[in-house]
Amino acid sequence: MMQRLTRAALALNGRCFITEKHISAVKVITRGLVSAEHGDDSARNEVYDVIISGGGMVGSAMACSLGMDPNLGSKKILLLEAGNKKVMDTVPDTYSTRVSSISPGSATLLSGIGAWEQITKMRCKPYQRMQVWDACSDALITFDKENLQDEMAYIVENDIVVAALTKQLDSLSDNVQVKYRSKVVHYTWPMPHQAADYIPWVQVKLANGETLQTKLLIGADGPNSMVRRALGIPTVKWSYDQSAVVAVLHLSEPTENNVAWQRFLPTGPIAMLPLSDTESSLVWSTSHQFAEELLALDEESFVDAINSAFWSNENQSETIETAGALFRGALSAIIPSAGSPRQLPPSVAGIGPKTRVMFPLGMGHASEYIRHRVALIGDAAHRVHPLAGQGVNLGFGDVACLTRLLSQAAFNGKDLGAIQHLLEYETERQRHNLPMMAAIDLMKRLYSTNAAPVVLLRTFGLQATNMLPTLKEQIMAFAGK
Amino acid sequence: MFSTKLGRLMMRLYSRKQTAVCREPLRGFSWAAVCRQRSLRQQRIACPKTQPHILSSYTSARSSSQNTVDPDEVRRFQLLASKWWDEQGEFAALHSMNDLRVPFIRDNLLNVHRVRHPGQPLSGLRILDVGCGGGLLTEPLGRLGAKVLGIDPVDDSISTAQVHVSHDPDLQDWVSYQACTLEELSEEVKEDGHFDAIVASEVVEHLADVDTFTFCCKQVLKPGGSLFITTLNKTNLSYVLGIVVAEQLLRIVPSGTHNWEKFISPVDLERLLESYGFSVQSVQGMLYNPVSGAWSWTNSTAINYALHAVKMTDDPETDQTEEHTSHPENHGAATHS
Repeated sequence: MMQRLTRAALALNGRCFITEKHISAVKVITRGLVSAEHGDDSARNEVYDVIISGGGMVGSAMACSLGMDPNLGSKKILLLEAGNKKVMDTVPDTYSTRVSSISPGSATLLSGIGAWEQITKMRCKPYQRMQVWDACSDALITFDKENLQDEMAYIVENDIVVAALTKQLDSLSDNVQVKYRSKVVHYTWPMPHQAADYIPWVQVKLANGETLQTKLLIGADGPNSMVRRALGIPTVKWSYDQSAVVAVLHLSEPTENNVAWQRFLPTGPIAMLPLSDTESSLVWSTSHQFAEELLALDEESFVDAINSAFWSNENQSETIETAGALFRGALSAIIPSAGSPRQLPPSVAGIGPKTRVMFPLGMGHASEYIRHRVALIGDAAHRVHPLAGQGVNLGFGDVACLTRLLSQAAFNGKDLGAIQHLLEYETERQRHNLPMMAAIDLMKRLYSTNAAPVVLLRTFGLQATNMLPTLKEQIMAFAGK
Repeated sequence: MFSTKLGRLMMRLYSRKQTAVCREPLRGFSWAAVCRQRSLRQQRIACPKTQPHILSSYTSARSSSQNTVDPDEVRRFQLLASKWWDEQGEFAALHSMNDLRVPFIRDNLLNVHRVRHPGQPLSGLRILDVGCGGGLLTEPLGRLGAKVLGIDPVDDSISTAQVHVSHDPDLQDWVSYQACTLEELSEEVKEDGHFDAIVASEVVEHLADVDTFTFCCKQVLKPGGSLFITTLNKTNLSYVLGIVVAEQLLRIVPSGTHNWEKFISPVDLERLLESYGFSVQSVQGMLYNPVSGAWSWTNSTAINYALHAVKMTDDPETDQTEEHTSHPENHGAATHS
C-alpha cells in the first residue's frame, strides 16, 4: 500500500527514478539521499579521482599524461608538491648540476604530453655515441647508432624538464589541479572489504589541515617515499657506500661534444655527459670519503683529478694488458670488422662556479608497487645507481604504462582504484625494471674491484660484447625504452 | 527430481499457453486484473515456505505483479546480497565479466549513438539494468556517462547497491536504484519508450516467464533502442560445466544458483525476441577460465553467450501470430516487411 502511494506520488512528480521510502532500508537510503540532496554536507569533501603525491619529473609527467588522455577527460586529478612552483621564463645562462639522460622512449612520452617541444626550445643536448671503458685494462665498448645522424639519447637538466612539465600543466588546468607548498602529513588507507559505516577512499591530510579524499593515490615522492613507508611495503634496499659528486665542467676547447664518456675506476665510475660544445656535466661516483675530499679541493686540483681519472693508466697491470691484447687479437681474427678505436674524452679546463655537490647513492626496490587504491611510480618504487643513466627513464616508463592502463580502465567504466588493472601495471613494470636493476647492480659490483680474475673476466666480457653488433643493438634497444 | 522437473516444465508450458491467449485481449482488459489472476495461479503451484520477515512483507505487498519472478530465486539471493562487492568473493566471476559486458554494451551503443563527450562515451543515454543485484554492472555504465536505473526484486541487493553508490559523489546523480520488478516498472512508465537500452545480464535464466519479460522490455524501450542479454545456453555442456563444475566442484558460483531447466538457447531466445518485434543484431559466446578468473569471447555459444537485439521502429503487434518470423538481418533501425 505504502509503495503504491509513493509510486503514485513520484509518478505525479515526474521523477520516477529515485526510491524515497523503502520500509526495510530506510536508514541507509536516507543517509544516501541526504548526501545527494544536500551538496553542502560539510563532513563530505569532494572526492578526487586521482591524487599524485610528489611533483618531481616523474610526478609532473604523470599528471600531464593523465590530464591529456581523452578517456580521462572527465576525471578530477590533483598533483601535490611540497616545494614551490618552478617557473622558468628565461633559461639561465649557467647550467644546473643535476642532469638526466633521457632515452628515446622517454622522449616519445614527453613529446606525447607536449613537454618535449618546450624542452628542446629551452635547452637540451642530444648525443650520438657513448664510450665506456675500464681503468684496469684496455677493454672498452662503444655504443652508437648506425649512422651518426640518429640520436642515442639526450642530456637535459632536471630543472628544465620540471619547468616544461609545469608549463604544460598550466594549460591543462581544466581537469588537473596543482597544489604547491602542500606537504602531506598523514595518509589514511581504505579498508578492502565493505562495511556499513566507513569511508572507502584514501584520505590525504595536508600540513595546512585540509583533508582530501581520492579514489586512487599515486606515490611519486622519491626514494624516501612517505607513501611507501606509510603502507609498510617491504623494500629491498642497500646503500652503496658511495656518493656521487656532480659538477658542471668547462672544456679546454670547443668540440663537437656529442659523445658521452664513462670510465670505470676501481673506486667507482666517472662520467662526463655533454651539455654544449663547451660544457659538460660530471657525475663521479666514489666512496664517501673520497667524495668529501674532492669537494674540499680547490678548483685547479679538482680539475687535475678529473683529467687524470679519465686519462691515466696507473691502474693497469702488465699482465692484464697483455691478456687483453691477446684476447682482442683472437677476437679480431674471428670477427675482423668489429671493434672500434679508443678515443679519449676532451680535457677539462675549469668548473662552473658553485656547482660542486654530492649526494649519497643507494639501490632500492619496493617488493610491491601497488596496494588497493595506491600505486607507486618512479624512484618511490625503484632507485638505481646512476652509472647507466636509467633512473628517470624507468620512472617515465612507469608513467606511460600506468596511463595506458588507467585510460583503458576508464573506458571500461571501472573504478580507477580497483586492484585488477593496478596489478597489471605492477606485473608489467616489475618485469621490465627488475632485470634492468639487476644488470646495473651487477655492473656496479663487477667494476668495483681491481682483483685480477674479476678484471680479466670483465675485460674479456666487454671486448667480446664490443665486437658483437647485434648484442649491442639489443642492449641499446632495452635501455632506450 | 524428475517429477519436479516435469512439473516445472508443464507449468511453463501451461503459463506460456495462457500468455498466448492473454496477449490478444490485453488491449481490452485491464493489465492489473490479468496479472492478479496469473500470480494467484503461480502461488498455488509454487510452494512458498515461511520466509524471513522481509520477503513475506515483500510478497504480500507485491502479489499483484510477481509475474516473471520466481520466489525461490528471490529467496536465494537474499542470502547473498551482502557479499556483492567483494571482488575476490563469491561474485568474483561477475566482477570479471564486466571486462566483456561493459565493452559489449558500450561499443554496440556507440555504433548507433555518436560520441558526444570524449570522457563519457555513453552520456545522454538512459539505460535500465534489470536484475542489477548489487549494482556490479550499473556502476560502470554510470561511470561512462549514462543515466542508469537499476532494478531488482530483492530489497537487500538494492540496499547494498545504494549504500555502495552513496559513497561516490560523482555517481550519485547518474545511478539510481529501485526495488521492483520489470512489470511494476513498466506499469509506472506511462509513455512508450523510455530507455535507450535495457541490460539484462545473467537474469533471463532466473525468470519464470521470459515472454512477459520481453513484452515489458519492449514497452519501456524506445524505438530503435537496444536490448542486451547475457545468459547461459541450454546444452549438455552447459549442464556439465555451468552447473556441475561451476556450482558443485569449483564453487565459482554458489550452489543452487542456476536451474538448468530455465536456461534458454540462443536460437530459442532469438525466436522469442523476434516474435516480439526485436531484431537480433549479434550473438557472441563467452568463456570463463576458472584458473585465471577471466572471461573471454569465443565462437561457441555452448555455455555462456551475450546477445544484442534492437527494437524495431515499426509497431509489429499486428504480425504476432506466427511463431517463426524469419526476415533478413537488419542493422540499425531498418523496417521489416
